[in-house]
This record gives sequence, structure tokens and C-alpha cells, in this order.
Amino acid sequence: MKLKMGLIILTVIVTVVLLGPLWATLDPETIHWDDMAIAPDTVYWFGTDVMGRDLYIRTLLGGQVSLMVGLLATIVSVLIGVLYGMLAGYFGGKVDAVMMRLVDVFYALPFLFLVILLMVFFGQQLWLLFAAIGCYLWLDMARIVRGQTLMLKEQGFIEASVALGQPSKNILFKHILPNLKSVVIVYATLIVPQVIMIESFLSFLGLGVQEPMTSWGALVNEGADNMELAPWSLWFPALFLSLTLVGFNLVGDGLRDRWDPSNKT
Amino acid sequence: MNKANQQPLLRIQDLSVSFNSADAQVQAVNRLSFDINPGQTLGLVGESGSGKSVTALSILGLIPQPPGKITQGRIEFAGNDLLSMTEKQLQKIRGNDISMVFQEPMTSLNPVFRVGFQIAEVLRLHKKLSKKQAWQKTVELMDWVGIPEPQRRCKAYPHELSGGQKQRVMIAMAIACEPKLLICDEPTTALDVTIQKQVLELLQQLQKDTGMSMLFITHDLGVIADLADEVVVMYRSQKVEQATTSDIFTHAKHPYSKGLLACRPQLHGNPRRLLTVSDFMDTDGKELTPTTKQRQPQIKADKSSADTLLSVENLKTYFPIKSGLFSRVKSHVKAVDGVSFTVRKGETLGLVGESGCGKTTLGRTLLRLQQATSGAVHYDGIDVFAQSSQQMRELRSRMQIIFQDPYASLNPRMTVGQTLMEPLNIHQSQISKAMRWQRAVELIQQVGLNPDQLNRYPHEFSGGQRQRISIARALAVEPEFIVCDESVSALDVSVQAQVLNLLLDLQEQRDLTYIFISHDLSVVNFIADRVGVMNEGKIVEMNSAEEIYSNPQNPYTQKLLEAIPQGVPKIS
Amino acid sequence: MLNLVVKRLLWGIPVLWLVLTLTFFLLRAAPGGPFDQERELPAEVEKLIAAKYQLNQPIVQQYGHYLKSVIQGDLGPSFQYVDYSINELITLGLPVSLKLGFYALLLALLLGIGLGMVAALYANKWPDSVAMITAVIGISTPNFVIAPMLIMWLAVNWQWLPVGGWSGGHWSYLVLPVITLSLPYIAAIARLVRGSLLEILNQPFIRTAKAKGLSQKAMIFKHALRPSLLPVISYLGPAAVGLMTGSVVIEQIFGIPGMGRYFVQGALNRDYTLVLGVVLVIGLMMLLFNLLVDLLYRLIDPRIDQNSPLSVGNG
Repeated sequence: MKLKMGLIILTVIVTVVLLGPLWATLDPETIHWDDMAIAPDTVYWFGTDVMGRDLYIRTLLGGQVSLMVGLLATIVSVLIGVLYGMLAGYFGGKVDAVMMRLVDVFYALPFLFLVILLMVFFGQQLWLLFAAIGCYLWLDMARIVRGQTLMLKEQGFIEASVALGQPSKNILFKHILPNLKSVVIVYATLIVPQVIMIESFLSFLGLGVQEPMTSWGALVNEGADNMELAPWSLWFPALFLSLTLVGFNLVGDGLRDRWDPSNKT
Repeated sequence: MNKANQQPLLRIQDLSVSFNSADAQVQAVNRLSFDINPGQTLGLVGESGSGKSVTALSILGLIPQPPGKITQGRIEFAGNDLLSMTEKQLQKIRGNDISMVFQEPMTSLNPVFRVGFQIAEVLRLHKKLSKKQAWQKTVELMDWVGIPEPQRRCKAYPHELSGGQKQRVMIAMAIACEPKLLICDEPTTALDVTIQKQVLELLQQLQKDTGMSMLFITHDLGVIADLADEVVVMYRSQKVEQATTSDIFTHAKHPYSKGLLACRPQLHGNPRRLLTVSDFMDTDGKELTPTTKQRQPQIKADKSSADTLLSVENLKTYFPIKSGLFSRVKSHVKAVDGVSFTVRKGETLGLVGESGCGKTTLGRTLLRLQQATSGAVHYDGIDVFAQSSQQMRELRSRMQIIFQDPYASLNPRMTVGQTLMEPLNIHQSQISKAMRWQRAVELIQQVGLNPDQLNRYPHEFSGGQRQRISIARALAVEPEFIVCDESVSALDVSVQAQVLNLLLDLQEQRDLTYIFISHDLSVVNFIADRVGVMNEGKIVEMNSAEEIYSNPQNPYTQKLLEAIPQGVPKIS
Repeated sequence: MLNLVVKRLLWGIPVLWLVLTLTFFLLRAAPGGPFDQERELPAEVEKLIAAKYQLNQPIVQQYGHYLKSVIQGDLGPSFQYVDYSINELITLGLPVSLKLGFYALLLALLLGIGLGMVAALYANKWPDSVAMITAVIGISTPNFVIAPMLIMWLAVNWQWLPVGGWSGGHWSYLVLPVITLSLPYIAAIARLVRGSLLEILNQPFIRTAKAKGLSQKAMIFKHALRPSLLPVISYLGPAAVGLMTGSVVIEQIFGIPGMGRYFVQGALNRDYTLVLGVVLVIGLMMLLFNLLVDLLYRLIDPRIDQNSPLSVGNG
């Protein structure tokens, strides 16, 4: 149920965001001096903002940016988190203790504040944004993967492999990694909405992507400022943003209900 | 005792219960009927999935509905129909007139409340006692069920008590309101034999003192022998036989009952291979008679002159306990504490002991799956602990292990074929893929499975089948020596017998040497040539199986042996 | 217990030091300075200012100075608010943020636990679906989307509540920011409670409670609720951190003079000491709060305490 609903929402949004611009007739940056803050009509499907720019194309292009940031930062955090957690869990003992202490330290850092500082100081470069968010969100993944690895390591089939003389590398990649697949996918699906949320949070503070590029967060920020004049400039990006997050959360929940062994009720 | 011409306390008539799963409706209990008279103990026996626990839960209205559904029948308690009662009426009966002791004492108590509170709660609920009276009565009950220092232990949380103590608390809770019927659902299955004996004696004593009736559910006929007046045997959700306990043990009528009795290894006079249910009954339920050849008595060959294969000298494996401000190592758990022994080629050495005695750690240390603290292990003259990791990997093809849990011992994401080919990929990667597949086919046939099943995943197999696959995997590298760590403990008795027979056959065919680790003394007696008894990390006694069982020297061994359920019915 | 407190506090010192050092050098590595203004200042004046704030010294020396004064409890003068020290600014801002955060957390717990219980007890029936759909939407809607909408309706259109400001923390100024801040946490806690309560209700000890003859109500409120709140307690740590960062936005939108607003403005203006001060205080609060959560956990779950006076006996 959840899974299906989430997948439908995401498919629709991704299709619209990727293919929608093909039907756009207006340029995202052109300022239509005579048509500022126009309500949605047949020319401006989502209306125009207070500067007279077409919101339809801006919302969709902003969506492309938001989704891309979401995916790339998720990949960064999943790669770091899975590798880190797997190694800590598999080698255990002192290695594990040191590695997890480090994670504890990272957890104790007010990370988002540091990300804000990074963005303020080093200009709003897109790659920095992925890196910063990715480096922040790998912690949860590392913990989950470590826990699962510790559990898997105790399973008979891993011990049996050791007893058969299988080298560590093969055990990690042939036995442990495939069994982590579902957990990783579930939590990766739940990281994507977090990334999008953080990106839009930063953009809202004026620290995310910069003009002329835009994202849903930046659009929501502009919309909120001009809510009284042009409420639709808040509605459309806000609706897209929320629906996307709902979609990812539903898919993540749905997959977790189905796959995550630690979540069986 | 109380016989006919009396109204039964509990009468179950034509009871059917089914469970709806996503794809099918499963009949858990099929038209079951039996009576329990006042003061009587009825044993309900069957293997896992036979419907015995579902029956017990139905009596108290504890079947989760849905997915469960009672499709027909009546359950009468003292003349009243329990099935037509409202939830409120049932609440007055539960814990008061009928109470229940569950299988898992570890998880059946609420972890966040003190045990005294949990017992007192029943008294305050049903007997309307004040807080103080209830507490006083609780202390008395704790004393009655044999918990030392009841005053203090009442204030303990469940995790602070041992398994046996927890089960005693469960019993105290169940008998607090002096119920007329006590339902015990496998109350001793999760406990060690010595504790099992104490709990069974306690239940017997309590019944004598209070005159209550008991419904005792178990998969182990041995447990029920000195406890029950009458036995109902269930097979595939149906009652197949009902008789007095002595009749069941002396002349069981139904082939399934006969099989169930025969597949349990005895302390004396075992056949060469254990008879199993399939020797008494074919798959359609038609009765078979085991041949005299099958009944041939077991004779253990003398292997005392064979060469030494494995020698263990003063082996110690300690686990550190850390505590305090800087997590410093404060002390050690001495899991294996100075063990020495030898194993000869072709023999089976049994290691018995209760949970926590260090037998599993010992087995894992021998194979270097666990780092030893000190001591030495020589395998065929090779110092195992001195091997480099490369040398060790090669050595591993000669020594193998089979684990307890059939569900965890196979990688769920690999087909059986892949699992069986894995060892060959490691040790004989030069041979072609087709050859490896051919080997997998041979292996699976050897353990009595069908080559068609090679492309299936582990979840499609039963516990016994999975254990066969684990055995096949261990055999793939053609080892000379196998450690069987509780390898049959998680299986139903009839399946257990089949796997034991398989292990014996393989030993004969391939001249294998086994170390057989188990908590079950009868099983070890059946399979082992020599037996070592472990307690607190040490081997307290080691001798030929015959000597150990007929003439135990160490007091701990004697205590263990006394605790084995004798399988002799009580005289009623 | 005491062991844990001492251990955590000792452990906190290097963590705070790390945070401080990281932030310090991050700030200094950043382009721009606190006194870069549109109009070029005379070189003389700039030199004087730099001397006053010790900006003319080598950076390592500045770092040493700063660390020393922090250890003495002095967070230095503000670069932007000329007449204020950072200590004064924090004394002004912290109570505001704490008040906001406290009410938001309280609301999140009350509503979250309530909703989660309803959902679990009516699992897979309509109240569950309604609660959980609401929860997913709640989690998925950023508070900077909800805040303007609420302001629009409740403050601008219907004029029930003030648009923003603080006014010494009068309740009417609290309502909107507290609701907005707590919404995602209400949703998250509700989901958590639902999941863990459902799991607990399937535990054998609940069956025991039922077999004792307890009523449905006693079973749920006495036996099931307490253990099922354990995940909520462990969630309180991350939730508190989230509330702190969330309040950056909320304070911005509602014009509330709390720590979050100081932080963003400080960062934009390169007010070095202000940013450092805020980061230090937030780090310290995270540390203390996590410690508090751990202590609370131990109180509810007896299994954690390993040093119990009762030993495990036999039989």
C-alpha cells in the first residue's frame, strides 16, 4: 500500500520534473515586466513571481536541482556509511571501538551549524553542498550497517565460511554485503528526503544554490516573502517539495515494513 | 484417583482452529476432543506445528484473532462454555481459575517491572488483597516455589534472575490464586536438565498440595512419563491416540506414537540406527513394521588403539569483563579453563554440559574460530595456533564444523547449489564449473536430498533439511574431522533421529572423526564412543560412554545423569 | 550512575575542544572579515580596530588567547554588537531559545505519544491510517513551509495571533512558533510509538499479562506503554538537536531574539566570537541533554544497570 502510493507519487513527480520543461515555452530567467505576480492562467501555468518570472519552468528546474542534490548526497553518504559500518562491524574489537568512538564524536558535533558556516563562507558551491550534507548523513547509515554486520557475523553461515577457509575479503563482499542490501536500500530511501530537506533549509536561509540557479527551497523562501502578493509562488514549490518528501518517506517506510528484519512485528 | 462418573473440569469437544495467512488458510487444530478431570494431569504430546500450543491458547481465549479463528467446537470449563464468554467474563477466569506457564521464561516476564510486583499484581486483581497483604503473600509464594531469599528476590528485575528462577516466578504467578487448572506449555524446554528436573518436581509437589488439574504440553515424551495420568498424542493438528501414560509407554497403538517413542535415544539398549517415525508409517499414514535388521542392537567398536588425530593441551579461552570509569578489564569469564584431551582417528568424542559450561567456546577455539588465551592444539601433528593465516586456510579443508541453528547456518541469499560449491571455489578452484556442479549433486544425494533442490533458496527447506545441507557443505572439502556443535538440538525428535543416523552412516563411509557437543546426555550416549563432561570451563570427567553412564565418578556427572527424565510412567 | 556522569563529562571536554577549534579555523579560513564594509575605512582606523580585537596577531596566538579566555568563562567581546560581550548576548538569547524548545518538546511528546497510541491500538483501521498519513505529511512538510501558511491564516487573515516578535515570551507570541517547531517531532514520535507499541504488544510478556486476567486497559497502560516508550527516550537526543537547528529557521521567520538568529546573523557578519560562542553553547547543551537522556533511559529500563546488588543465583 504505502510502497505503491509512494512509488506512484515519485514516478509522477520525477516524470513531470524531467519531462515538463520540454513543454515550457518561457525562459526561467526572463523577466516579464508587464506580468509581475500574475495568478496561474493559460500562459503562466503556475503564475509568475513578483519579479515577473514564469513559475512553471522555475519550479520544474528547481526540482531538478533539488532531486539531483538529494541523489548525489545520498550516494556519498551511503558509500561512506556502508564501507565504514561494514569494516567496523566485521573487524570488531579495538578497531570497532575506535571507529565507533569517532562516530560518537561526529554525533556530538553540531553538524548542521558547521554546514551553515561552510556554506556562508565558501560560497554556495554545489559540490560543497553534496559533500557537506553527505558527510553529515553517513553517520546513521554507518551505525545501522555496523549493527547489522555484527549480527550477521554471528550467524552460522558466516562462521561456516570462515571455517571453510574463505578469506575476509570474500566474506565481506560475497556474504555480508549481499545480506545488507535490503537494509541499505531502505535507509538510503529515507536519507534522500533528509537531504532534500536540508538543502531546502539551507536555500531557505539563502545559503543553498545561488541565482540564477534555483531549487525548491529557494523558491519556497521567495514565495514565503511574497506570500501576500503572490501566494501561488509559495504553493507550487511547497506542494512539489512536500509531495516528493512524502513519496520518499512512503517508499522508505514501505520497504522497511517489507524487508527490515529488525522491524518485523 | 478421580475416574469416570464425574463431571470433567475441562471438556474440549470437536475443537477446530485455523489461521489465515496471506496465501492460505492453515488448519492448526482439527476436531480435537479430550476431557480433564479434577486433580488429573493430562499430557499433550506432539512435534512442533502439531497444534498443541494453539489448543492451550484457545482455552484461555489467547489466540490472536485475526489471523486465528476458532471454526468449530466447544470448550467447557466446570460446565460453562468458555468460547461464548465475553472478554470481561474471561478476564475473571484467567489467572484465577485457569492459569498458564509459558515456554520462554526469558521473555514471558515484563522486563521493566520487579518480579514481586508482577506476582502481587495477580493477587490484587483477583483476590482484592491490599498492597501489603499481596506483597506478604508474594514472598510466601516465592518461598514455596523454592526461590532462596524470597524477600530480597521479590525486588529483583527479571534479568537479574537465572532462567530456572524466572520459570519459578512464572509458576508462582500462575498458582498465586490457587487455580483449578494449570496449563503448562513446554515449561522446561528452555531449561538445562538439572533445572528441568527441579521444575518438574516442583510442579508435581504443587499438584499434590493443591489438588489442581494440569494440562502439560510437551514434545518430549520422557518429560511427561512421571507426571501425567493420561496422554493425548497429536500429529498434524489431529489427535492420533489417547491412552493412560503406562499404556502409551508399554503398548502404543498408533504408528506415529510408536515412532515417537522409538526415535528418542535411550540410555541403554539402543539399536544400531535409531528408528524413526518413517520406519513405522509411510507418507500416507499406512503402518509399517520395522525389520529385525533395523532393530539390530548397537555395538560400539573399540577405537582405543587408533592413532591420535587431535590433541589439546591445557587450553584456556577467557573473555574480559570491562567495567568502571575507563573500561578497564576487571576480571575474566573463564569460558574454557585449562582443558586437555586427545581424540583418536575414527572415534566420536562427546562433550556434554549445561548451558554456559564452555562447550561451544571449546569447539570454536579448537578450529581457531575463537582466539585462545593460552594452551595448544595439535591436529595430526600440526600446531594449529602457530599456522599463518594462509596455512590455516589450507588446514581448514581438513577440519569442519556444523552449527546448531539450522536457520542461521545457510546464507539466505545463496541457492543451495551455490552454498555447496563455495567450499570448492575456495579449495579446488582449478576444477571446472561443471565438475563443481557435479560434486554438489553428489553431495546433496549423500545427505539424502534431491539434486532438483540445488536451485532453491534455504527458506524453502525445513529445519532438518537445512541441517542436512549444512552437513553436505562441511563434507564438500572432504574433511577428516568434524565438530558438531549442538547440531541436532534445534530439531524435532524424529528429525533429530534421522540426522543422527546420517552422521553415523557418513562416519562409516568416510572414516570421519567427530567431536559431538550437546547438552542432551541421551543423544551423546547414543552417538559417542567416549564422553567428556564439562562444567564451568573444565572437563570434570572423561571416559568411555559406557563407563560414564553406568558408573559415573564425578558428583556433577552423577547429578546430570539423575536429572535425565527416565521415561518410566508413574503408577496411578 | 555517577560513573556515567563523570565519564560523559570528561569525554565532553575533548569534544567541545574539537568543535571550538574546528569552528575557529573555519571562521578564519573564510574570506571576508568582520569589519569589511562597503565604504573603505581609513587605514589608521582599521589598524586600531584590528589591534583592539587582537586581529593583528598571528592566528595561532589569537587561538591561544581565545582558548584561554574561554576556559576562564569569558567568550570575548562581540564584533558586531559593539557594546555587548558574548556572555551578555547569550544570557539574553539562550533563555528565549530554551523556552521555545522546551514547549515545543513538551507538545511533541504529549501529542506524539497520544497519536502513536491511538494508531497502534487501532492498527490497520481508519484512525491508524488517518494518524499515519498525517504523520507522513507532518514529517514531509518543512517548517518553513508551514510557518508562512500559519502566519497567513491565523495572524494576517484572521488576526487571532501576532505575526511575530517575542514580547518577553507572552503566550500569544509562543503559540505559532511552538506549533510550527514541534510538528515534525509530533509526527516522528507518533510513528515511533506506534511501531514500538505494536512490537511490544506481540511480546510474550504481554500474553502473560493477558493470561493473568488483566483488563485491556491495564495491560496497555501498565505493561505495554512503559517499555514501548524506550525508543522515544533514545529519540529525545536527536530530537533536541533537531529542535535547536529548527529554531534557527523559526526564530528567523517569527523574528524571535534567540540563539538561532544570533548564529545566522553572526555568520553572515563574520562576528567571530558570536559564532564561536553560540556553537560552544549548543555543543554543551547537546552534551548535557544526551547525558540527561541516558540517565532517564536507565531509570525506565532496569536492564541497563549492570551493577545491580542482586547477583544471579542458580536454580
